[in-house]
Amino acid sequence: MSAALTWIGVGLLGGCGAVLRVLLTVGVTARFAPAGRLPFGTVAVNVSGSALLGLLAGLTLSDDAMLVAGTGLLGGYTTFSTWMVDSERLAQERRSRAVAANVVGSLVAGLVALLLGRALARLLA
Amino acid sequence: MLPRLDLRVLLAVFAGGALGTLARAGLEEAFAHDPASWPWATFAVNVAGAALLALAITRLPSRHRSAHVRAFAGPGLCGGLTTFSTFQLELVRMLDADRVGLALGYAAASVAAGLAAAALATRLASARRATPDVPARERA
Repeated sequence: MSAALTWIGVGLLGGCGAVLRVLLTVGVTARFAPAGRLPFGTVAVNVSGSALLGLLAGLTLSDDAMLVAGTGLLGGYTTFSTWMVDSERLAQERRSRAVAANVVGSLVAGLVALLLGRALARLLA
Repeated sequence: MLPRLDLRVLLAVFAGGALGTLARAGLEEAFAHDPASWPWATFAVNVAGAALLALAITRLPSRHRSAHVRAFAGPGLCGGLTTFSTFQLELVRMLDADRVGLALGYAAASVAAGLAAAALATRLASARRATPDVPARERA
């Protein structure tokens, strides 16, 4: 029963994460990333999702809670596929500096955000 | 591939996201790994998802009648199947375990394989779409 509920939670929160991602991406893209610039919407999603996962990792959560909130909600919220397809499109347009900025920038910003989130959670815990 | 937002499109994103997330979470539980080893489950879903998303974008063109099919497959299924945050947490745990070489190799391999998968899927899908049974004016 509890295991079934956990997996139902993973699915439902994964779906919610995906919807939040689309809403935030559309909002940020409309405001800050007109065509031809970096895909800031996906960057915002991935960096904020990494910060939140860092927060969760800094708290001592049960395996089930981490599965539902970390793997489910934040895993569904953040995306690797869009990050890669956006970068590949920039590469097709021969915008190599934009590719490097999107790939390396997201990686570094995500890692820093995750570490900050974890440090904050450890301070508060 | 940003969908126009209405309730049906958001429901499609939700359904695809739920399915993709369940598939990823199931694989991650089935192939659990310790911080000092290669995260095969995340690596596999991320690379496969990058290829699937490129395929979906190329093969489900915008003239497709149903926006919710594209929303289900792209930001829904592929977005839910792949993850950036777990990938980052895996990197941090490798660094915590002093496996700097493993972390660098995992990051580089994920990006290289993801980009290659997206490029290959785009090329294969575009080549098939350009076959003569599709009128020239609809190939673009």
